This record gives sequence, C-alpha cells and structure tokens, in this order.
Amino acid sequence: MRGSHGQASLEVMSDSGDSFPGTWAGSAGARGPKVRSDCWIGIEPRDSGGLEVGVVSTVESYYGENIRTLLRAGCDALGISHARIRVEDGGAYPWVMMARLEAAARDAGVEGDDLLPELDAAATTTTTRERSRRSRLYLPGNEPKYMVNAGLHGPDGIILDLEDSVAPAAKAAARVIVRNALRQVDFGAAERMVRINQGEEGLRDLEFVAEHGCHLVLVPKVEEPAELRAVDARLAELSDAPILLMPIIESAKGVVNAYAIATASERNVALTIGLEDYTADLGVQRTKEGTESRYAREVVVNAARAAGLQAIDTVHSDVSDPEGLKAAVREARGLGFEGKGCIHPRQIALVHEAFLPTDAEVERACAIVRAFRVAEEQGLGVVSLGSKMIDPPVVKRAQKTVEQALEGGLLGADWLDEEGGA
Amino acid sequence: MSLRENAAGRHVPAEINGREATPYLGVGARAVSGRKASPLIRSAADYPASGDKRTPDLKTALANAGLSDGMVISTHHHFRNGDLIANQIFDAAKELGVKDLVWFPSASFPCHEHLIQYLVDGTIHHIEGSMNGPLGAFCTSGKMRGMGVLRSHGGRWQAIQDGEVRIDIAVIAAPTADAFGNATGDRGPSACGLLGFALADSMYAEHVVVVTDNLVPFPCLPWQIQGNHIDQVVEVEQVGLPEKIVSGTTQLTKSPDRLLIAEHCAKFVRDVGIMKDGFSFQAGAGGTALAFAIYLKEMMIEAGVTAGFVRGGSTKYLVEMLEEGLTPVILDGQTFDLDGVRSMRENAGHQHTSPFTSYNFHGKGNFASMLDVVILGATEVDTDFNANVVTHTDGSLLHGIGGWQNCLASKCTILAVPSFRNRIPVILDEVTTLCGPGELIDVIATERGLCINPRRTDLIEAASSTSVPMLGIHDLKREVERICGGAPRRAQTTDKVVAAIQWVDGTTIDCVRALE
Repeated sequence: MRGSHGQASLEVMSDSGDSFPGTWAGSAGARGPKVRSDCWIGIEPRDSGGLEVGVVSTVESYYGENIRTLLRAGCDALGISHARIRVEDGGAYPWVMMARLEAAARDAGVEGDDLLPELDAAATTTTTRERSRRSRLYLPGNEPKYMVNAGLHGPDGIILDLEDSVAPAAKAAARVIVRNALRQVDFGAAERMVRINQGEEGLRDLEFVAEHGCHLVLVPKVEEPAELRAVDARLAELSDAPILLMPIIESAKGVVNAYAIATASERNVALTIGLEDYTADLGVQRTKEGTESRYAREVVVNAARAAGLQAIDTVHSDVSDPEGLKAAVREARGLGFEGKGCIHPRQIALVHEAFLPTDAEVERACAIVRAFRVAEEQGLGVVSLGSKMIDPPVVKRAQKTVEQALEGGLLGADWLDEEGGA
Repeated sequence: MSLRENAAGRHVPAEINGREATPYLGVGARAVSGRKASPLIRSAADYPASGDKRTPDLKTALANAGLSDGMVISTHHHFRNGDLIANQIFDAAKELGVKDLVWFPSASFPCHEHLIQYLVDGTIHHIEGSMNGPLGAFCTSGKMRGMGVLRSHGGRWQAIQDGEVRIDIAVIAAPTADAFGNATGDRGPSACGLLGFALADSMYAEHVVVVTDNLVPFPCLPWQIQGNHIDQVVEVEQVGLPEKIVSGTTQLTKSPDRLLIAEHCAKFVRDVGIMKDGFSFQAGAGGTALAFAIYLKEMMIEAGVTAGFVRGGSTKYLVEMLEEGLTPVILDGQTFDLDGVRSMRENAGHQHTSPFTSYNFHGKGNFASMLDVVILGATEVDTDFNANVVTHTDGSLLHGIGGWQNCLASKCTILAVPSFRNRIPVILDEVTTLCGPGELIDVIATERGLCINPRRTDLIEAASSTSVPMLGIHDLKREVERICGGAPRRAQTTDKVVAAIQWVDGTTIDCVRALE
C-alpha cells in the first residue's frame, strides 16, 4: 500500500523496502526474525523530498494504521521533514517504537525536543527509605520485551540496567528505552531503579532518569566518595525528586573506602557489592563457597550498618540452581545482608522465601514478644523469659522477626491469641 | 450462500458441501433420535481363512478398495508432524488419476503442506478436519473448492455416527500390526502410544487398510485396533519419523510469564478446594499446561493429596505422578513423549481411551464432564468468556479444535492464556471465531491474574481467600489495550465462507471467511 497521509508529503509503505539503502545515517533497535516487542529503525535525512517511510511489521494487520500515525506524529515532534525511514517491527509497544525513532534520529544527528511518551500514573509513585529491598531484578536496559511484565513477578525492586548488560554501541539507544519505560511501564509495587554507567557516562544517564519516575539510582564501581557526590549534585541540578542512591562496591579500593562511600550522600539508602568485578580486581576466581570475598562482604555489611543503610548482597548468577540460591540467601542473611540481586524472575519468590526467618527463630521471637507484652502490662522494667533476662535490642530484633513472619505468612494475624501468652 | 443466525448470534451456512446444516442451538439444546449410522455388512467367509490380509503396497491397496472420484479418505494424527502416510495416500491417488477426494483426518500438521498441490490440481476437493499452518493459510485464502469442516475429536465421532461423514476408505498407519490387521501404537520403531483417534474409522469405514513398518506374527499384542475390522494390511519401510512423533523429553517452558500463569492456575485449584483427595484433572503438553501439572504436583505432595484419576496425554510429568502414587491411573487419549510411551507399555496404571469414551456426544455419558478441572489454551477470549481456538485475530486459520470443545464440559474449565502475545491482545470485545461458548468457560487465567466467570458465583466465593490476583475481565481488557496501544483492528474478510466450525453436537457454531 502506498499513499499520502496529509502532513508534508509523508509516504508510508508496507513493502519490503528494497529501494532503501543498505546503510543508514542513523539507526537504533533490534532487527531479525526473532525480535519480539521491539523494532529497528533506520533514518537517512535528506534536504528535500519529504518523508518516505517503509514499514515491515509482524502486527501490520492489527496495528498498521496505529504505527503510521505514531511515526507521523513522531517525525513531526522531532522536526524531521525530509528523510527516508525504514521500520522493521517485531511487535514493539508504542513507547518502544517512539524510543527507537528518537534514538535513530539522534544517531543521524537530528537535534531538537525529546519524543516523550505520556507519564503514566505508575510513574508518579514514591518510595520510602526504609522499605524492604529483599529482591531487585536486573533487566537489560536495551531489551524492552522483558520490562512490561516484570512487575508481575513481585520483586521489591526492578533495575533497568544501563551499565554492564548494554553493549557500548547501544548505550544511547538504551537510555531512551529506559526513560520511556520509566514513563510508561507499570512495575507494580516494585521500587523503580536504574543502574547508570560509571563516571561522565553515568552523569549523562541521569538526564534520562531524573524527571521520569525513577525512585533509586544504583551507582556502579564506586571507589571514592567524590564519585557519589558528583551523582548527588547532578541529580540535584536535574530534579527536585527525592531520588535515592545505592552505591555498588566492586573493587578492593571500594571496600577500603566503604564507610566513606556509605556516608557520602544523604540520598544513600543501601550499600551493595558486586562480586564479579571485585574478584576480578583481586585476580582470583569467584567460587561457590565465596571465601575469597567473605572479608569484602563483611566490610560492606559493617559499613552499611555503621552508616544506617541497608546492606544488600550480590546477584546469584546460576538461574538453574534454586537450592543454591536459597542457601546463598540464607548465608547472606546470616552475615547481615537484607537483600539479594536477581537476574531471572523465577528467583524472586525463592529469595523472599529464604529471607524469611526460620521456624525456630519465629518461635523464639514470639516468646520474647509475648514476654515483653507481659512485662509491659505488669509495669515491669525488665523483660524475662524463663530464667533469662532479655535485653531491649533483643526485644527489638524479635519484634522485627515477628513482623517479617507476619508479612511472609508464617504467622497468622491472631498469633498472640493462638498460644495464649508467655 | 444462504446463511442463518444461530443461537450464539453468529451467521453460519445453511448448507455445508451440499448437506443441510443445523445452526448451533445452545449448550445441550440439540436432541436427536433414531438410529446411528452403521457399517456395511461383511462376512468372514469373504476374507482369507489364513488370516493373512497382506497387500504389497499402498497404491494396490487403494485400488483394491475401489478408490474412485469423490470418495472420503480418513487418517489419524497420532504421528503428529512425523506422519509419512497421509501424503503417500494422495500421491497414490494422483497416480491412479482419481479426483475430488475428501480428506477426513483427525488432525493435520505442517508436514501435510505436501497436499496443497493436490488441492490445487483437483485430486483433493476439500478437507474436513483441522487445518494448521500452510493448509490453514490455503483455506483462508479462499482457494479450497469445498468448505472446510472443523470438528472436535468428539464431534468427529458424532459426525460418523450421525452419518454426516461416511468414510469410504480409512487408512490406519500403525507402529506395530500383524497380517490379520490387529494393530497397536505402543511399540515398534514409530511408537506413538495410542491409536484411539483411528478407532471410529476402523469400526465405521466401508474399507479399512492398516499400514505398518513393524509387522509381527499373529497375534499382535496388545491390540488397540481389532483386526476383525480390517480389510487389508500393507507393510512399508517407514510409517513415521520417530523424532517428530513424540519428543524425547517434553520441554518445560522457560518463559517466566507462562510459568507465572501455570502457578496462578495451580494455586487457584488448590485454594478453591478443587485439589482434594480423589479429585481429577486434565492438562495437555503445552508449555503452560505442563508447568501447571508440575506446580500442582508439588502442592499435592505438600498437602498430602492424591488424585482419583488424571487424563493424559501422558507426559514424563504425569508418569512421575503415577509412579509416585499421586494418581492411581492415567486415562490416556494420546501420548506426548517417550516416557509416556514407555510407561504405557510397562505400567498397568494406564488405561487407553478414545474420543468415544472421553468425548462422544452420542455415548451414554462421557468422561469429559466428570473431570474436576481442565486447563486449556485459546487464541482469543472475549469479555463474555467466549473463546476461539482455531483462528487468530487477523482471521487466519491456524489451529484445529482437537478435544478442546469437548473438555469445556468439565466442572471447572480454565483457559490459561497470556493476556497479549507480542503486542497482540488475547482479550477482546468479541472473539473472531466462536469455538466455545462463554457459559462453559469458568476462568481465564493470565499472567496479570485470573478472571472468574460471573456466572460462577461459587468459584468467586471460594476464591475469596486465595493469594492469586483476581480481576474483572473488562479491567483486564483495558489494561491490555493500554499496553498494546488500543484494540487491534478486526480481521478483514470477504463474505466467502471457507470453513464451518462445528459444535460437539454436530451443529454449526461459527464459520471462517476468506481473507481479503
């Protein structure tokens, strides 16, 4: 089908586009028969001749007109009047196609306003410093197909990653995808996180994050407090939003400076560790037992606690090893970590389960809390269980354990009545 | 073409391939009486006393059977995409110069693309059976001369018994057979498990040919097909490609979203109280259904519950449940992997079933309605819980009905579907092709949560304490359209009806039109 659609001689074709050039001044996205929920767009600006757009889409019969309308409006907003454009679409959501169009245009040297999708209500939610961060699911920033349903799996946080999971050549395109995802995707109850790049690249990333519904920024490979202060300052320039920070310690030097890093910004809520880079820095193999990183992890926990932050553990990279994951979480919990990184949605429930207190812990915690209540009712200054005196910090920890047990369904809401007091 | 509006509000052909058709009247509304169709009288005296019915090759067998213009040829689909025989039948028919045949398979697969040339050159007039892949595309292009007729497995048996379809020659490819015609599917180099889809054909066809690549001395034991129904036996080098008949091991889905749907379904079945001692379920070999069985198994073990019976197709995972004592029996309709075939040979806990026992409309009851819960798929679902299983939203015919319609009779029918596929919504205002009426569909299970049919107030109440997310179907549709960028454009079709969709009782519930 070939036809004119109003605005400035835009021609939209749905043929294979054989007449299009093999190389393009600008391009973005993924192409090939296996592409799902994404598209590839090539742009060749020209001085005259209006717009000539070729579209090949797996959803042509469903959304062909919708796609043409989006492309017309997009070119209009980006100020593109004369260009040849080719779209190879594998079912990209509208916000994805907009991102690819904008990134391809930028790649071709087109300047001008951003092509922003609407800010969805889900992007206007807020977070709290003290919320639970047991699981955080990493999603590659240039892979929109994983994003739309990620929140359904119930992670405490979703990380749109601009750093290691994005190839250097795709960084610019990924930024636009991440920005549009933040604006459009409902991640449910998950905290909305972005991992930026290191250094100057990372500061540039913040422009695509700050005003678009991000709750928390992960700053990778932090070695000096100054790096974190630079991120903090850039965020302050870009937005009034109370965006939180989670520095990632990934080197020997970072471990040495852990406390200084943890206290470098008021935005810090958690401190985490990345062991792939850390073990590489030490020049050792990362083992299942983790003896080589034990010291670093303990330092991170200690620094986080000293600074009043949550200590969050590294990812478990073996997706096919649920038992290993559970064991790793229990070990991390034993060291004082409160969260674990996930690289697959099926890890989330396992992580949450493994962070639950054990039956013995719950039983003891219940007994302590009951004893505490009895002491309160009787106006006693001292809580005792059996012949032992219970210190206030122990009571506090027991209360937290009971809270976790209630949240995790290990205790019913009426647990206090069930076994009749201490 | 004259169309009539049926009880579902769909306009369907009044006549199908020259035969008067009954429009769908509503669930359970068709009452029929009289006598079933019956096969020709045959006498043992006309067959070799030695019991040896061998004929040298398929072409000779077809010629002996009197193959002539306009005949109805039937085959079964137990070899799935590894079937080598259906194509050879029509190669032979072509060589014999016969025209206008009707192919009446229990299902077709992409391997049957070979037959398009015979639809084009007139050897085959039309197909009455599922049309998948290339055959479906050929049909919806409007090029098939007759009207396609899609029936459920139970509906196929009903059509034979009602005399709607008289099979002239049934060709039954068998993994193992003897010269008398006794045949089984559970052993031999092309073992497929069962031959139940060929059972009606063996009993009712005017002439029956068994084709095997594993001829054994009489008696072939066990016999799933009785030689007493068989006219001729043909030995060939190979009847099927084993690797395409059953998979070596059934692959579990790795899709986190499909796993989530399966987990939602299993939790729902547990939480509403369906999962209790003696309960029954059916789940197929699709990724989500398979994962459902695995989640359910874990939950059964945790709760100490055992099933009363399970309906297969057997898979490795159902076999494990049988071997671990979680069910005393699997009622097999087909077999999906090698573990299933092996177990069928070795474990007495398998019972062979057929569309007659499980699904037949003219049986004195059938098993489908006795199941406590069944997990099925669909290509589309609408806000009235109607579902489509044969076409996509663009109107292309891509799938058969299989046992799907028959299974809707279960006490709780769950359609496990993603709410959209690669930007294409699955939840719509109105399905493109109606295959199953909403009143029989109890739950739509998606990755975003479950929608319970408002008619099932009992299930809604029972689900009040489950942790599985519940949502209204209109809310789900809105959410899907928000993600996908609005409702998809409806199929652009012409007025030409290319295929009729039959309900389980032989009435016409909808039809498929040629694409523009």
